[in-house]
Amino acid sequence: MSNQSRIRLERVTKRWDATTAVDDISFDVTPGQFVILLGPSGCGKSTTLRMIAGLEEASSGRIHIGERDVTRLPPGDRGLSMVFQSYALFPHLSVADNIVFGLRSRKVPKAEQRERLARVAELVDLTDYLDRKPAKLSGGQRQRVALARSIISEHPICLMDEPLSNLDARLRSDMRREIKALQSRLNMTVIYVTHDQVEAMSMGDRVILMQHGKIVQDGTPDELYNRPASAFAASFIGSPAMNLLPLVAGETGAVIEGEPSTLVAPMEAAGGHLGVRPEDIELRPAASPGVPAKVVSEEYLGADTIAYVEVGSHTLRVRLSGKPLLTGQPCSLFWASKNIHLFDANGLRRDDMPLSDFAPPIRSIPRPPAVGSFQH
Amino acid sequence: MSLTAYHKMQLYGALLLLPAAVLLTTFAYLPTITTVINSLFLPGFRGAPTEFVGLENYQVLFDDPTFWKVARNNLIYAIGTIPTSIALALCMALFVNGKLRGRGVVRMAYFTPTILPMIAAANIWMFFYAPQIGLFNQLLGILGFSGVNWLGDPSVALGSVIAMSVWKEAGFFMIFYLAALQSMPPELKEASDLEGTSRWHFFWRVTFPLLMPTTLFVLINALINAVRVVDHLFILTKGGPNNATNLLLYYVYENAFSFFDGTTAATITVVILLVLAVVATLKFTILDRRTHYQ
Repeated sequence: MSNQSRIRLERVTKRWDATTAVDDISFDVTPGQFVILLGPSGCGKSTTLRMIAGLEEASSGRIHIGERDVTRLPPGDRGLSMVFQSYALFPHLSVADNIVFGLRSRKVPKAEQRERLARVAELVDLTDYLDRKPAKLSGGQRQRVALARSIISEHPICLMDEPLSNLDARLRSDMRREIKALQSRLNMTVIYVTHDQVEAMSMGDRVILMQHGKIVQDGTPDELYNRPASAFAASFIGSPAMNLLPLVAGETGAVIEGEPSTLVAPMEAAGGHLGVRPEDIELRPAASPGVPAKVVSEEYLGADTIAYVEVGSHTLRVRLSGKPLLTGQPCSLFWASKNIHLFDANGLRRDDMPLSDFAPPIRSIPRPPAVGSFQH
Repeated sequence: MSLTAYHKMQLYGALLLLPAAVLLTTFAYLPTITTVINSLFLPGFRGAPTEFVGLENYQVLFDDPTFWKVARNNLIYAIGTIPTSIALALCMALFVNGKLRGRGVVRMAYFTPTILPMIAAANIWMFFYAPQIGLFNQLLGILGFSGVNWLGDPSVALGSVIAMSVWKEAGFFMIFYLAALQSMPPELKEASDLEGTSRWHFFWRVTFPLLMPTTLFVLINALINAVRVVDHLFILTKGGPNNATNLLLYYVYENAFSFFDGTTAATITVVILLVLAVVATLKFTILDRRTHYQ
């Protein structure tokens, strides 16, 4: 694939008076990649996208697309298209006119416009709606028009700014698959902004997690889930979120605050946090090795149940299959040492501490199936 | 007698409509009907009963060259003020909607003529137009031109009145355009910027069509204002010289309160009403269909 759609950000910063929205960000998107900019609202992800699009000007740093430095180029000269959160459809124009709007601006011959329109309408399944006004379309259809408008331009790069956030949950999961399929079929380079970790995990080849205008972690969805770089990354990915328990110094090692009886990590870990995912915890009978705990409530979700378990002064979420009805019972929490994450006092990941299981496992510990773990 | 639920609802609805109906009837419908009736009768003098004359009053009116002159003046006035003030309002709105230093001050400056009472505005313009000491003639004098008798010269006077009306109205219409422009989502501009759409193309393809409902509203207002002019003529020209600046409503006023000819006044009023009704019908049938309402 040509290098045309490579996007490179070098130390890009955006400042508005005293506030710094994007702080010294660099990354490099290879052609054909589906990159997610993920983060809570106000983390600078949309601003980053708008700077790539040229709708905001970078305060400092360089942006390259392909071989060109586009930092100061107007949006129309950057060779990219964009899908907006609000879709930005022209309400007075029909679907067809909306889709070919850009072609008309670029003075593409009428015959070619018609031909490309037919092809794209077919692609996004809008052929029957071309004469309608946007107001007469459902949310999903409007979304498709916005997609069609960016596809028809045949730019190799498409930027998407939370394109699914106005749709209901069910439509959203359909559109997720559809966008992903379109992207790989048309071999587009996509930068996709979202605050929804489900979209990030299910669509991205690569996820760039941002917080306070900085990149927290840049990796595959797998890496973000299995090796979160910080306590923030750990709490942001996964649903329900990872349990983060403060560790304090015990007699021979670090223990969970308020539960001094069980050693959970080496002494160096005290002062930081222990992270363990709800799906990595197993509930065992009260006498078994593990952390003593008590089930305080349960949330039945159909395929599984989230149990809220009290350890010391903290409450943990545990994902259990079925509908166990354990509320009020004492139990013991067990997890394999390979499934725990340690974060230091600054919230950064530590991988340098030796860990051991509570006791030799009596039987192999089956991990709950990954299916369903990312559903709402 | 007990009322059924249906009748109760009917009564309830009627009662809700009553205040508006009473007001409209008293101040709009009854006067209109009385005016139409008046225009069909000749008043009786010295206690003689009024006499029904049918359309004779209209016949007399249409034979009156002054009426035609006034009607023609009004048409010129409408053509002179409506498109100019609307175009000017749109330009001003686009200007103050952009990124601009001191935007608030400029907006206020544009809107000031609107909040001035018509009489005050006309007085200000009297000073501009005054033959010897007026601002315009003094400026012309500095440039070495001889002055113009802005309000006294029959060939210039109507133009002078038009210029003042445009000045007075454009700021008012600008507010509507500005409100409409600000309710337009900024993403539309961004989306077309990404397509490399030129400003000109964007204006004609997106901004202007989306402003169409506002334009229509403003157009109707401008039209009503064009036949509603009394006060500035009262200050500036009193319809003169030789009816050069006389407009329909001022002519009605003259007939009714200067010449005490209520019948002619009523007849002209009915003609004005009919013309406005025709224009309104055209507006609803032709322009409305082509307008996109959000």
